[in-house]
Amino acid sequence: MLLLALAPSGLEKLWFALIGVLWLGYFFLEGFDFGVGILVPFVSRDDTDRRVAINTIGPVWDGNEVWLLTAGGATFAAFPLWYATVFSGFYLALLVVLAALIFRGMAFEMRHRRDDDAWRRWWDRALFWGSAVPALLWGVAFADFVHGVPVGANATWTGTFFDLVKPYALVGGLATLTLFALHGATYLGLKAEGDVRERASALAARLAPLTFVVVTAFLTWTYLSARSMHHEGLVPPLLPILGLGALAAVTWLARERLEGWAFVATAVSIVALFTTLLLNLYPNVLVSSISPAYNITIVGSASHPYTLTVMSWVALIFTPLVLAYQSWSYWIFRRRVHRPGEAGATHASPVG
Amino acid sequence: MNALLAGISTLSLARWQFAVTTVFHFLFVPLTIGLGLLVAVLQTAAYRTKDDAYERATRFFGKLFLVNFAIGVVTGIVQEFQFGMDWSRYSVFVGNIFGAPLAIEGLLAFFMESTFLGVWIFGRGRVSNRVHLASIWLASLGTILSAAFIVAANSWMQHPVGYVIDSANHQAVMNNFWAVMTNSTFLLAYGHVLFSAFLTGSVFMLAVSAWHVRRAHDAAAFAKSIRIAIVVTMIASVGTIFLGDSQAKQMEVQQPMKMAAAEALYTTSSGASFSLLTIGDLAGNPVFQVRVPHILSVLATNTWNGKVDGINNVQAAAAKKYGAGSYIPVIWILYWSFRVMVGLGFLLLALGAVGLWLMKKRRLEKSHLYLRFATWMALAPFVANSVGWIFTEVGRQPWVVYGLLKTSNAVTLIAPGYVAASFIGFTAIYTLLAIVEIGLLIRLARVPTPLSEGALEPEPELIY
Ligand code: HDD
Ligand code: HEM
Ligand code: HEM
Repeated sequence: MLLLALAPSGLEKLWFALIGVLWLGYFFLEGFDFGVGILVPFVSRDDTDRRVAINTIGPVWDGNEVWLLTAGGATFAAFPLWYATVFSGFYLALLVVLAALIFRGMAFEMRHRRDDDAWRRWWDRALFWGSAVPALLWGVAFADFVHGVPVGANATWTGTFFDLVKPYALVGGLATLTLFALHGATYLGLKAEGDVRERASALAARLAPLTFVVVTAFLTWTYLSARSMHHEGLVPPLLPILGLGALAAVTWLARERLEGWAFVATAVSIVALFTTLLLNLYPNVLVSSISPAYNITIVGSASHPYTLTVMSWVALIFTPLVLAYQSWSYWIFRRRVHRPGEAGATHASPVG
Repeated sequence: MNALLAGISTLSLARWQFAVTTVFHFLFVPLTIGLGLLVAVLQTAAYRTKDDAYERATRFFGKLFLVNFAIGVVTGIVQEFQFGMDWSRYSVFVGNIFGAPLAIEGLLAFFMESTFLGVWIFGRGRVSNRVHLASIWLASLGTILSAAFIVAANSWMQHPVGYVIDSANHQAVMNNFWAVMTNSTFLLAYGHVLFSAFLTGSVFMLAVSAWHVRRAHDAAAFAKSIRIAIVVTMIASVGTIFLGDSQAKQMEVQQPMKMAAAEALYTTSSGASFSLLTIGDLAGNPVFQVRVPHILSVLATNTWNGKVDGINNVQAAAAKKYGAGSYIPVIWILYWSFRVMVGLGFLLLALGAVGLWLMKKRRLEKSHLYLRFATWMALAPFVANSVGWIFTEVGRQPWVVYGLLKTSNAVTLIAPGYVAASFIGFTAIYTLLAIVEIGLLIRLARVPTPLSEGALEPEPELIY
């Protein structure tokens, strides 16, 4: 009844927040999947190394991707106009992302099915590009949400593909690309054993300064332009500083072999970055670069309260359940992945 | 390029793209649903009896299931987003209602499928046997739940309920979620789709097992899987036919045009006969036809002399209700897709019945003719599933949401070049996937059980 008591605008805000949380969950989780996919070639010397790296995400990558599907479905249900305008407007970019996700998803299940080097090489390429391309393009897309795209009256799209790839958006893309790669490196440091673990931590230490520079540039640009943009988004002062601070610590943490903390640091910086962007967007969901009058707002694009209420109940009941069993699966696979026969091969006692 | 495209509209490209990607997704989906359940059944038998033959069968079909699952997942991602890409006006119109089951499907079903399948693939030896068994059952339950929500969404488009129209915003707005989830169209369609998915899984397992039985590969394991497959084929074909028949009766009430077009029946008739096949045109002047008296009336109304509406009459009524225009879908597609589906339904029933009879006579392993036939029948459910959806969807045209929104008003207002790019792109990628996937499935299905009896394959440290 609590939900019914909230004013309609409260429900709409709640759903903006929930969808924000779904995206944060997606970038936190699939962020390291993408990172691992990108880094496989750089942390391995042979096929067994590659398998060690890939198997650190083997049991969980599909569950992580469902965060995206649920974010998409929830956007469709809660903000139909947002869903319709974004996905038809970002047409070609989305097409590329989908193609990348297809090849990437196939790579996991296919590469080990034939004992054939050429076959495996093809799927390894699919994994690399299938991870790197979305890691770049998600940043481009979120930067575009904030800085605006050519949306005219009645949410009609008046731009072309090239309106999506402006310099600010490209910097945003580089920020997510480097950040996800770094997140993958700290994850590998935490989850792999042996040489892969060593190389991943060393890589994290070297990648962190570059990431720091790119993300700082992106956030600075975001803040400097916030006032001149056509909207009144929130600009939290401390959040980006927290994110950058966490990033600054990564090199040291990785060198000191505080792998768990290094992973926490990259996770914090991802959450801080995307929360900053979403707050910047508020109370809009898509900014028009033509005129503020054409901005698509939370209230203007939301579904009716009935739909939102039904969905709130479903989310209230089932989200804890989903979180519980997803966490349980991470717990089961908490052991580090190592080469067959290498140290650490003692089997933990079966769970459950 | 632009000149070439000028003649091709965004609408027709978007329709083609939706048709190609959806039929492709649904080639693999029913196999996932059906085989998932069967693998769970095999593993339960292995767990209960401690019989190694069941264990080998579980692993053999489990591997095929996983390869198939992967392609179901990646093609599903496209489905989730292409409503927004190609059908943005549709998305705005129905988001309040259609979006809710889609979001709930993600939360309730996709998380369950993917998480527990991860536990199943990687958990052997790490979780107890009971938890490992439970994980395949939960993954299977996830696939069955996912079908519920997406079919509910689709059934709402066939027969909208539980909504009001917000004319200011030109949106359909949900006012009764329970009505959406208990839509009469949904209940029957869900049953039909589930049974046809189980049928797809069982016929696939039957076909592969028959191939190995004929070659006497691992006789113990495949003797078990072929028997389970035959029993399930029998049950599922009866269920599919029974529910399909109920759908036909309901359709006569809810979408009379579809029934009339399925039979190419132009004028309203009582005691209408059913044509098994037609040579010549379907516009009312056949060259040759085989007709069974009264059967159409029985099919559509359950009575010998029941009245079945004809195309011309339904068209006149629709024009009066919705305004001028044609409300007639492409008749030959409906006529033939319906016949192929129903024909294959009875053929698969026969496949199950004969198999059961051979089992009873203890002649199954020796009946090479039957085993050979069974292997070829692997194709049948895939064809029936595709034509089933084609029938359902094409028969609803020109509506995308029956009676509320026409397909031509649903498409995104965007230059055809974009849609052409994505149509060509997806078709190319999907063709490539199909070649790789089907090649791999066939290759894996022919491995004569890699595990020698008694000695199970040692589990590799690394799975992918
Ligand atoms: C009757 C069943 C059925 C039907 C009609 C559809 N699907 Fe499907 N879908 C499934 C049954 C299913 C499944 C059994 O749950 C799948 C198939 C293979 C798999 O891995 O899960 C799946 C996978 C799947 C996935 C990937 C899930 C994951 O990552 O685990 C998505 C996003 C969709 N589907 C979305 C759709 C949409 C938007 C459809 C409508 C056009 C659609 N599906 C038709
Ligand atoms: C459960 C979900 C759905 C399934 C399984 C499904 C299935 C299908 C199939 C198999 C076809 C092929 C028909 C052909 O080959 O022409 C098709 C066509 C089509 N579908 Fe659906 N569909 C679903 C949902 C939708 C939705 C949500 C839309 C809304 C935009 C839609 C719009 C169309 C259109 C416009 C066509 C083309 C029709 C034609 O060319 O005659 N469908 N669908
Ligand atoms: C005698 C046998 C059968 C009958 C009488 C029958 C009847 C029907 C009818 C009337 C529809 C259309 C429902 C609608 O548009 O609302 C339908 C759809 C469909 N059929 Fe069948 N069918 C039969 C066999 C099969 C078989 C063997 C399969 C697959 C193995 C199959 C798969 C489908 C599918 C996937 C659909 C689309 C989903 C739906 O609308 O339920 N059918 N069938």
